[in-house]
Amino acid sequence: MDDLRYMEMPVDQDTKISASNVQIYYGDNQAIKDVNVEIADKTVTAFIGPSGCGKSTFLRCLNRMNDTIDICRVEGTIKIDGDDIYDNAVDPVQLRAKVGMVFQKPNPFPKSIYDNVAYGPKVHGLAKSKADLDVIVEKALRRGAIWDEVKDRLHAPGTGLSGGQQQRLCIARAVATEPEVLLMDEPCSALDPIATAQVEELIDELRQSYSLVIVTHSMQQAARVSQRTAFFHLGNLVEFGDTSQIFTNPQDSRTESYITGRIG
Amino acid sequence: MSGIVLLLIVLGLGALAFILARGKALSSVGGDQRALHSRPHYYGFSASILTIAPAVALMVVWGFGQSTLVQSSVAELIPASAIAEGQTVGLLMGDVQRIANGLDTAVAEGALSSDAAATLSTGADDIRGILGSVGVALGADVDPAILKAAQSYRAMQSSGATLRMIAVIGVALLGLTYGFMQTSATYRARNSVERSMRWTLIAAASVAVFTTLGIVFSVIFNTIEFFQLYPAKDFFLSLTWSPSFGGGSELGVFPLLWGTLYISLIALMVAVPTGLFSAIYLSEYASPKVRAFAKPLLEVLAGIPTIVYGLFALLTVGPLLVNVFGDGGILGVNWMQGGTAVMTAGLVMGIMLIPFVSSLSDDIINAVPQALRDGSLGLGATPSETIRQVVIPAALPGIVGAILLAASRAIGETMIVVLGAGAAARLSMNPFDAMTTVTAKIVSQLTGDADFASPEALVAFALAMTLFVITLGLNVIALGIVRKYREQYE
Ligand SMILES: Nc1ncnc2c1ncn2[C@@H]1O[C@H](COP(=O)(O)OP(=O)(O)OP(=O)(O)O)[C@@H](O)[C@H]1O
Ligand SMILES: [Mg+2]
Repeated sequence: MDDLRYMEMPVDQDTKISASNVQIYYGDNQAIKDVNVEIADKTVTAFIGPSGCGKSTFLRCLNRMNDTIDICRVEGTIKIDGDDIYDNAVDPVQLRAKVGMVFQKPNPFPKSIYDNVAYGPKVHGLAKSKADLDVIVEKALRRGAIWDEVKDRLHAPGTGLSGGQQQRLCIARAVATEPEVLLMDEPCSALDPIATAQVEELIDELRQSYSLVIVTHSMQQAARVSQRTAFFHLGNLVEFGDTSQIFTNPQDSRTESYITGRIG
Repeated sequence: MSGIVLLLIVLGLGALAFILARGKALSSVGGDQRALHSRPHYYGFSASILTIAPAVALMVVWGFGQSTLVQSSVAELIPASAIAEGQTVGLLMGDVQRIANGLDTAVAEGALSSDAAATLSTGADDIRGILGSVGVALGADVDPAILKAAQSYRAMQSSGATLRMIAVIGVALLGLTYGFMQTSATYRARNSVERSMRWTLIAAASVAVFTTLGIVFSVIFNTIEFFQLYPAKDFFLSLTWSPSFGGGSELGVFPLLWGTLYISLIALMVAVPTGLFSAIYLSEYASPKVRAFAKPLLEVLAGIPTIVYGLFALLTVGPLLVNVFGDGGILGVNWMQGGTAVMTAGLVMGIMLIPFVSSLSDDIINAVPQALRDGSLGLGATPSETIRQVVIPAALPGIVGAILLAASRAIGETMIVVLGAGAAARLSMNPFDAMTTVTAKIVSQLTGDADFASPEALVAFALAMTLFVITLGLNVIALGIVRKYREQYE
């Protein structure tokens, strides 16, 4: 792993998300055990760990997407900007407008490219006129690094794009609602190296305005794009710290084994 | 010897073939299964298929061939003088067969010896009495020519049966020998069994196809016959439907089509929103518990025979509507004269179609990938926004397909309209008027003492053909849409 280019960068940002004593159950099966973590604003945080260790589960509970799973139960407190998101007063719909999500498999709606991106702004009433909406859509597509490829066929179906283009469209779609936090669950697992590089570049750019959390199976990717890394193992948060420290000087033997490829 | 016994003998030979061929295959390699091309039982099956299949096929073909052959040669025996005014050879052949079967029964029950049955004569014996005593009632005394024909019919049938037995067993034995001879370690028994399997399946599939074709052709021929008696132009363009068996009927299909479409429209207006909303509730909102309970309950509606819905229309919905819209009803309007009306039939038919629409739509909505819902919810859309803007548009082609299928059921529905819609062929816009439909008129034209060669009866086939073309068209479009939609996500 000599090609890791560490991003030495001071992590002194404000805390955006803070989770304490989080337990997550699927029925009787506990998927996340007593996790405490503080996720900083304007930072990329990577979740790594072997398959089935609960990365997606934890990520999804940060915008309450787990609410859609009947058997899933969350205990503990998760605060975003100091507000408990599992409080009864919180509407998950509003929360999700603030905490966007990009999924592992690109999932464009069976609508035109334009309508895919305009969907969120329309739902939240962000645009006052058609012209407004055009501006928002173009901006989002540019930030999704896909504008040049689709600007001539905005009204073609989004499902007709290639896998990598679809994923960037989904990122643009998420960005269009102006979230404060962007959660990405293995956003590059379906992409080729070139598209991956584009998405990584994009993530680095988005860091200027958002707090990003990204789940990845690629050590190189975690090292390349994130400033902080959390290592999960069997539902436990084993180690959490600056990416450079996790990759060069892990404190826990399990972390070391994992990043050097001995467990996984 | 009866067919069943013959069949059992053939099956027995088949079993024998199995044992022999399997044994031969095994012994040819000294019991070492791996030296065989196929596993031993395939050799057995291969040989027993060779024994059974041709023999059974011969049996079936022989059955048909013999009865046509015997019928035509017996028909020649009936002298022209025996055919009375207004009768045909075909009708007399029916008598011949009845008497022949009666004699068979009499012999079987011991009322006659088999010799006596063959030598019976009209002068000496009371045939009507003898047959009556074994439960075969004849309308009149038996004509001597007919009796003779019946007796030779019996004789031919029985010698035919003997010949058949010899031929069938012969073929089975030939098959057995051939199957046994060709069994060897290198014989590809597995491939041959697979081939027979394929042909069996093809045969099963063809039954459905050929029956459909048969039905279609019979309807087409009768329709053509109708159009030779009654001009097609009048059938399609005339606005009056007034059949009279005395002649001078006007047989315009238009009033009937109007009734059919009007009732179907009302039915769909009831069934589509209700069915669709219940499908959305079941697939998107209901907890698994509610779903497990409500979905089967809804589908029970689909299992109710349509005649029950018809009774419901006639006895409950009709009077109820009259109480509201009829003379002296709650609303004080006098729109409705009687219980049978377009509205009555339409409402009830709509109820019948609800489970149809809802269960198809439910399947289609469930097929929309969860990832799309997650994507929309993840953007902060509410569940109902997600359904309206993502799920339903994604499922729309399939839902349209489901609605078209429902429409084609509505158009073809008979019992509910017979009981609920009335019998008057009328062109009216008032949904509380009694009207009638194509299906209801098919029933009424064919029941009763109609002469089957008259245009008034034959019109039923033209009506059926019209209906068939409409529903076929709808089904083709619907299936095309549903299929296209399936491909989208697979
Ligand atoms: N919908 C669900 N119902 C029940 N159990 C679930 C569900 N989703 C996940 N689990 C369980 O929770 C545990 C953690 O799953 P999760 O999907 O969070 O793992 P992951 O770390 O994201 O794995 P991967 O890297 O393979 O995506 C697993 O044991 C899994 O079986
Ligand atoms: Mg995962």
